[in-house]
Amino acid sequence: MATPNKIVTRIATRLATIAILGATFGTAALPAEAETTVRWFMSESNATETAWERDLIKTYEASHPGVKIDLTVMSGEPYKAKLTTALQSPDRPHLFYTWGGGVMFAQAEAGFLKDITADMKGAWADSLSSAAVDGLTYKGKVYGAPTRLSVVSLWYNKELFAKIGLDPASLKTYDDLLAATKAFKAAGITPFAVGGSDKWPLNVFWECLALRTGGKEAFLAAFNRTGAGFDGPDYLKAAELTKQLFDLAPFQKGYAAMTNPQAAGLFGDGQAAMFLMLNVGEIIQRTQSANQKGLEDRLGMMDFPTVPGGKGNGADYIAGLNGFLVTKDAPPEATDFLRFLTSETNEREAARRGFFIPAAKRAETEMQDPFYKRLTVQLSGAAYLQNYYDQMLGPSVGRVANDTSADLAAGRMTPKQVGAAIQDAWELER
Amino acid sequence: MAVWTGARRREAVERNGLAALLLAPATLLFTLFVVLPMIEAAWYSVYRWNGYGTPTNFVGLRNYWVLLRNGVFSTALFNTALVVAVSLLIQLPLALGMALLTANRFTGVNLFRTIFFLPYILGEVVAGLIWRFVFDDSFGLSHAIAAWLHVDPPYILADPDLAIYAILIVVIWKYFGFHMMIYIAGLQDISREMQEAAAIDGASRLQQLRHITLPMLAPSIRLSVFFAVVGALQLFDLVMPLTGGGPANATHTMVSFQFVFGITRMDIGFGSAVGVVLFILCVGFTAAFRRVLTRTA
Repeated sequence: MATPNKIVTRIATRLATIAILGATFGTAALPAEAETTVRWFMSESNATETAWERDLIKTYEASHPGVKIDLTVMSGEPYKAKLTTALQSPDRPHLFYTWGGGVMFAQAEAGFLKDITADMKGAWADSLSSAAVDGLTYKGKVYGAPTRLSVVSLWYNKELFAKIGLDPASLKTYDDLLAATKAFKAAGITPFAVGGSDKWPLNVFWECLALRTGGKEAFLAAFNRTGAGFDGPDYLKAAELTKQLFDLAPFQKGYAAMTNPQAAGLFGDGQAAMFLMLNVGEIIQRTQSANQKGLEDRLGMMDFPTVPGGKGNGADYIAGLNGFLVTKDAPPEATDFLRFLTSETNEREAARRGFFIPAAKRAETEMQDPFYKRLTVQLSGAAYLQNYYDQMLGPSVGRVANDTSADLAAGRMTPKQVGAAIQDAWELER
Repeated sequence: MAVWTGARRREAVERNGLAALLLAPATLLFTLFVVLPMIEAAWYSVYRWNGYGTPTNFVGLRNYWVLLRNGVFSTALFNTALVVAVSLLIQLPLALGMALLTANRFTGVNLFRTIFFLPYILGEVVAGLIWRFVFDDSFGLSHAIAAWLHVDPPYILADPDLAIYAILIVVIWKYFGFHMMIYIAGLQDISREMQEAAAIDGASRLQQLRHITLPMLAPSIRLSVFFAVVGALQLFDLVMPLTGGGPANATHTMVSFQFVFGITRMDIGFGSAVGVVLFILCVGFTAAFRRVLTRTA
């Protein structure tokens, strides 16, 4: 039997061994720490783009010895969930992907972001669309650089429209869209593919309708609390119209358990007639499809139909921007890498490859994709661009907005409750 | 023990000193990672706070009030109660039955025990993802079964009214093996002589089970009830990969509700209020359970 003293000695010896081992590994790890590592968090849009980003890292690292870029790629919803916690850690990313809006304002307000106004001034800022730079500005300070613009369109399958003998160009009003949905249902074709488990793809329907019924005026009144709120008549109308469509059961079976990429694949495989999505939908319907080609020349694109009598303008769009924010205590190398990442050369390359609509002013000319060319024209001629509600309203109310649409689709909420829930949450934000 | 000799006292002091020394790391860790966060959560819960910086916006009990009015929270409470009920009423009897079947040595018994215990070894997230494929009605096993039976697949994970039952199935599948092992260990402690004596006296198998096995197994049953209830209250990592609390927030448990509505929405004050409620429920159950135990023991 060992006496307590012997046990203590034994434990002490073990601890000492562990300490020595630790010290050995610690020393071995030292040279790696001598160089600067820039931690970069990215929400993946598609694998091809990520591969290109990894190439960019190699190019940058080759010309900047001593700098290592550590890229972490996540899928959209998990990315947003992880970011909140990651930002509070001392090991927070130095650069991270953002949608701007209220989420970014909360991050800036909390002091997690680095002011890079001075770094951007001059050639860098001049090369980028000033509206996009404004989108990453909070209280006069620029916290990041934009890379891309996005806009929502109604994507459709020409072949399936032809099959039921319907001309897509005839879908002018929302009633036309409802009629088309019924026609598709009658022909046994799924009218819409939607990634219901992500919730926001369902919210896009409500967003598009709110843009048509109340438009800019209603949004600003509710957002600035200067008039009717999100429970006001225009938003009620939007929720009622959304319900009219949802009540037709327009989605693929099991939509509520499917993510947006899964739904995109379904659309790309030709199993649904329409897909209401940001322009990235054009890429993911290809990359997520079974044959990796998607609809190819069967793919069509149109504006969301108008709502007669609504206050919104037909040339208004649900649109947003994406970029990268720099966090406080990030090394100067992070800002420098961001400068490289959003440089005109790289933006041009991304445009040429059709990854996104670039935020760099002079990169647009490189775009080969006819859809993206058209969208760029639309964006520049738009009367009003409405940023996504789940970004504009901030992390908490934005999620409530997404929830209400999912509940509306599941028949668990009435249009009146939709507005009340969002307004309730918005009241709590004061 | 009335008069201690000097040597004895020294020994006692030494023993206590050693106990204190050995307890110190655990006490320190427990304080640091359990007690302090509890106190912190109670403090955060009276603030509106997004988790960044120091909380300054004092809102009193508003987070609790919002919580009580929150329909999803009621659903989460109900779901948690459902998990507790199913664990106690279906999972434990099933585990007991399996334990009785596999407690005796026979050829292949270890194979059966291993098969039943395997789900418990799998990581929760892995198990959740596997079952997501099983329930996938477009390509998964349930699709194949439905096609074979020539019926429409149920799309169980996409149905707000049914998805929770899918989770319950996985919970039973995942944890009954663990409880079975507790029972097997308990059964092995029951003396063979007593059972043989009962058999000689003419007790039927059912009588043996009722009057010998179950009473002798009571400590194991109490232990497994405790684990089942506390586990049900903390259920989270199976839910996230399976449904993420959806569709339409119909399958949240207390903890997944806290994660989604507190952490991912950057509403740490609100999430802390949920944590406090969960803590009170856990402590309340433990206290009540202990009282029942001391009364029966």
